[in-house]
Amino acid sequence: MKLSKSYFADERTDDFVEIGQPRPRSDIRGHVTGRTAYFADRTFPGLLHLKMVRSPHHHARIRGIDTSEAEKHPGVARIITAKDVPQNLYTILILIQVGPEDEHVLAEDKVRWKGEAVVAVLAETARAAEEAAAKVKVDYEVLPAVLSIEEALKPDAPIVNEHHGRNYYLYDSGECRKVRFGDAEKGFAQADHILEESYSSGPIEHAPLETSGCIVTPEANGRFTCYTNTQAMFFTLDNASIILQMPGHKLHMVGGTVGGGFGGKVDVTVEPVAILAAKLTGRPVSFIYSREEEMQVSSPRAAEKIVIKDGVMKDGRIVARQVMAYIDAGAYSRHSPYGAQKSAAHFPGPYTIPNVAIDSYCVYTNRTPSSAMRGFGVTIGDFALEVQTDKLARLIGMDPLEFRFINAYRDGDMKAHRQPTEGAALIECMQEASVIAGWPVDERFMKMSSQTREG
Amino acid sequence: MAKVPVQFTLNGSERAEFVESGSTLLAALRDKMGDTSPKGGCLQGTCGACTVMVDGELRLSCLTLAETCNDAQIRTTAGLANGEVLHPLQRAFEDAFAAQCGFCTPGMIMAAAALLERNPNPDRADVVEAISGNVCRCTGYEPIIQAVLLAARANSTSAA
Repeated sequence: MKLSKSYFADERTDDFVEIGQPRPRSDIRGHVTGRTAYFADRTFPGLLHLKMVRSPHHHARIRGIDTSEAEKHPGVARIITAKDVPQNLYTILILIQVGPEDEHVLAEDKVRWKGEAVVAVLAETARAAEEAAAKVKVDYEVLPAVLSIEEALKPDAPIVNEHHGRNYYLYDSGECRKVRFGDAEKGFAQADHILEESYSSGPIEHAPLETSGCIVTPEANGRFTCYTNTQAMFFTLDNASIILQMPGHKLHMVGGTVGGGFGGKVDVTVEPVAILAAKLTGRPVSFIYSREEEMQVSSPRAAEKIVIKDGVMKDGRIVARQVMAYIDAGAYSRHSPYGAQKSAAHFPGPYTIPNVAIDSYCVYTNRTPSSAMRGFGVTIGDFALEVQTDKLARLIGMDPLEFRFINAYRDGDMKAHRQPTEGAALIECMQEASVIAGWPVDERFMKMSSQTREG
Repeated sequence: MAKVPVQFTLNGSERAEFVESGSTLLAALRDKMGDTSPKGGCLQGTCGACTVMVDGELRLSCLTLAETCNDAQIRTTAGLANGEVLHPLQRAFEDAFAAQCGFCTPGMIMAAAALLERNPNPDRADVVEAISGNVCRCTGYEPIIQAVLLAARANSTSAA
């Protein structure tokens, strides 16, 4: 591995000992011998298996639930519905005051997406739990569903989630997260060219090889041990504490090696109901998503629609940018208000643009709730931004890499969301990339630095 | 539910258990015999994380009924090392950074072990074919391919 220290030679004079040297992963021995312990590599006597009855409809009112046949099924230990959950209404980010609570652990009056959890069935074997779950009868009145961002924002669209009262999240800045910097309209007026393009993406499933799940054991001291593959241990602990109305010291959350997460295991979906089941039965409980549930029920990366309008000068400077971004949260907030907020801060990209206006909407639809995934709120935006950047360069007949040098942020530049740029290295990375890729740029770009602005 | 006896050799040890009729070899290994090296990634025969060897042949233990394995010789990744001395494939997977989350690793290593036993000098295409039934979602396929080729070279060097 080659380290290019020449760019910032004045910052570090010492030689690195560990950096740049290959070192074995600390957990590799367990992986290659099969001894790494994942949450499901445990068995407990008397373990009960939890199977969730899920909504077959995108949007429906629940008129009634009949569990009588399921209860009679051999091996069934307990059936849990909404009325058994101490604090059924929750939202993950209430921990950081991002409300309102908008989601039920188990559906009460309505289901708002196909796959929503309605009834939990506990049985002696996974097979008995599945068979009994198939005997739970839920009487649905199907309602009109909203299945796209465009439909959701129509004035007469059905309301997806009454806890919001409208099909988008209401920020303290209004109907969207806004970033305003300089004067975008003035920037467009002075621009030589204007380019407006739309970009959109579908939901993306993480598809980890290990499905989401947990095993809970009731302990003799009144606590519950929850072995889980969550990626968000403290979100899980605190939300479980709220949902179960149980002090945190009663909950012993045990994490460990996660068999692939990629952001797909940061929602709080299995632990609260499994802990409740262990409490109600006094027995160990296993709740592990099937492959089908992992693919269809676990939250994906949000679908997004992004409209970017840029004003550019003939010399390559982007002088104005307006972005309208729409993040499809699905039926519930989960982490999407935060994702949309992140996108708003990110949309200038690693470029210094003097006039910026950004509106990022977090939109509710009757689709699977979306949530975290590898740079959520940013990754799809980056795709859109860099395609747009190439198009801008082409529009004015400039090399796309040289175009990026002209607009790259430098140390000291104020970003549109009022964070000064520090420790930038984009110029230097592009200089290295230019050499390695054999994509030469003009000498003046090779003399640029992130630390100073020439001229 | 009716229980049936199963008896087989697991990584050189005689094992016998009662299992529910219709339960899988994967469940028997993990829940009854304490060998959790095979993983349940899909339980429908598509991901390869549960791969084991039955009488020298690769099998998906999630699609194999435990009761069909009576008297069989079963091998899993847990039995590959000789005490603390790793199998060449295990060493190569360490050296080539061929694991991230590790969940696919035991299945990958069994698929690779079966390859090297029938073809000690595989080329890249042979390796790609041999692990084509094993999904890695951290997308470490290239290091995994390199690890298997590294193990094959190490084997031929030590044999020479």
